[in-house]
Amino acid sequence: MEGNKKMITIYIMGKAYKVPFGLTIMKAVEYAGYRFIRGAGCRAGFCGACATVYRKKGDYKFRTALACQTTAEDGMYLAQLPFVPANREEYNIENIDPDKNVLSEYYPEINRCVSCNTCTKSCPQELDVMDFIQAAIRGDYKKVSSLSFDCIQCGLCTARCPAEITHYHVAQLARRIYGKYYSPIPKHLEKRVGEIKKGKFDKEIERLKKMSVDELKKAYVKRKIERIPRGEVREE
Amino acid sequence: MKLPYFPGCTLKQTAKNFEKSAMASARRIGIELVELPRWNCCGAVSSLTSDDIMHHVAPIRDLVRVQQMNDDGILNNEYRLVVLCSMCFNVLKRSNMLVTKDAETLNKINEFMDTEPDYEGTVEVKHFLEILRDEIGFDKIKEKIKKPLHGLKVSPYYGCTLLRPREIGIDDPEAPTIMDDFIKSLEATPVDNPYKSLCCGSYHTVGNAEVVAHRTYKIIEGARRNGADVIITSCPLCAFNLDNRQELTKKLHPDFEYMPILYFTQLMALAFGEEKEAGFDENFVNPVPLLEEKKLLKKVVSRGE
Repeated sequence: MEGNKKMITIYIMGKAYKVPFGLTIMKAVEYAGYRFIRGAGCRAGFCGACATVYRKKGDYKFRTALACQTTAEDGMYLAQLPFVPANREEYNIENIDPDKNVLSEYYPEINRCVSCNTCTKSCPQELDVMDFIQAAIRGDYKKVSSLSFDCIQCGLCTARCPAEITHYHVAQLARRIYGKYYSPIPKHLEKRVGEIKKGKFDKEIERLKKMSVDELKKAYVKRKIERIPRGEVREE
Repeated sequence: MKLPYFPGCTLKQTAKNFEKSAMASARRIGIELVELPRWNCCGAVSSLTSDDIMHHVAPIRDLVRVQQMNDDGILNNEYRLVVLCSMCFNVLKRSNMLVTKDAETLNKINEFMDTEPDYEGTVEVKHFLEILRDEIGFDKIKEKIKKPLHGLKVSPYYGCTLLRPREIGIDDPEAPTIMDDFIKSLEATPVDNPYKSLCCGSYHTVGNAEVVAHRTYKIIEGARRNGADVIITSCPLCAFNLDNRQELTKKLHPDFEYMPILYFTQLMALAFGEEKEAGFDENFVNPVPLLEEKKLLKKVVSRGE
């Protein structure tokens, strides 16, 4: 198989390896013999665990990506980030006064933003990170929430920021405040939470808990999926 | 007249009444202020170090947004960017002047902002007061007001950033008259203050509030000695220092008496009959009793303090 494929050279923490062209960075590193015990998760671009940094041969730019979503290229210098250290403030969302400048209070470093846009350039989700930090400075929870909604918390923006801002924690706090204090409560969710509290599903949960793994697998395959015709909005 | 408008962070937070009153007043004189769809903090302080180009990136990025509004058809060949906050005005205009005079610096900034269109130096940064004076004309404003502010003695406070440095300022830094003329256009009486362009203490308010409080005393007493009822300003930081620091000023100077501090646009909104948009309830020293006494506001019986 290898004979048919074009091989490329990648450098993992400085050491050269030949791997087939067409693999993701993550698979290429595994092909080279490494096993991930941190810095890998869903392998589908959703969990944000596989933040990676690299440089291309002859290119001055320091680049960032998700290892599971980016194709390995010839001459890449790779390093996997198992974790991005970032301070997260402790807060109780119930005791927050959203009228105050909460984001600046918990994360005052947002005010050091010089609008260099490095965060936006580093974002594998292609979010307007700088714009939501700027919205955070002026306390616009709604804008922060909508601009950061697709954040997967990989932390690359935070690793790259010259102002030491922890963008994804700031945005998470803003989304929590917006969800709790500003956005309307969805009716179907309220209804379902009420049903759960009243114990409507207790029996079913107990039944599932007693099942063996095999029985659970069978039940999962057999489960009924409610189909919603295209274009229709589900109402409960 | 549709003009691009840069609010700045403070006008979205502690100076909402500045923006609200300006918007309402602008409508009355046929100006539509269109907020930039995307904008970032101006930088709040202009860097004076010649090799510190990084701090000019933020203001230049905002100027690029004005170009984009024209490119996107939101504006039709309109490059006059209106700013209300004196500090933002000063920072944006200074950076604009720097890059339009220094092609190398502009090139460096454009190279750095590789995800943005190049800034072409086309934007003119204008303070709202300049638009009132030069585009509308104070005599036109006088014709359009609904409620002349007869009997109200108003002392203008210019501060620093509206006047200095000379090449940035909107009026003579030693003997400014633009706010005095503005006050006359509302048919109020301008009152001079020898300390009208004395620095309020600026950011010392964060770490050394007493420095500010002593200046607040000097500035407000200067206006009062000449008979002023109220002071107007165009800077949210000056407004905070002159207004919110009066409590500390009173502690340090027991003979001190409170005086309302208004944004010039609040006075304008009042004269246009837009008092609901003036946002007087957001001022620290409540201006309502004074305005009621001067018969410029109707007394509302159950107004809580």
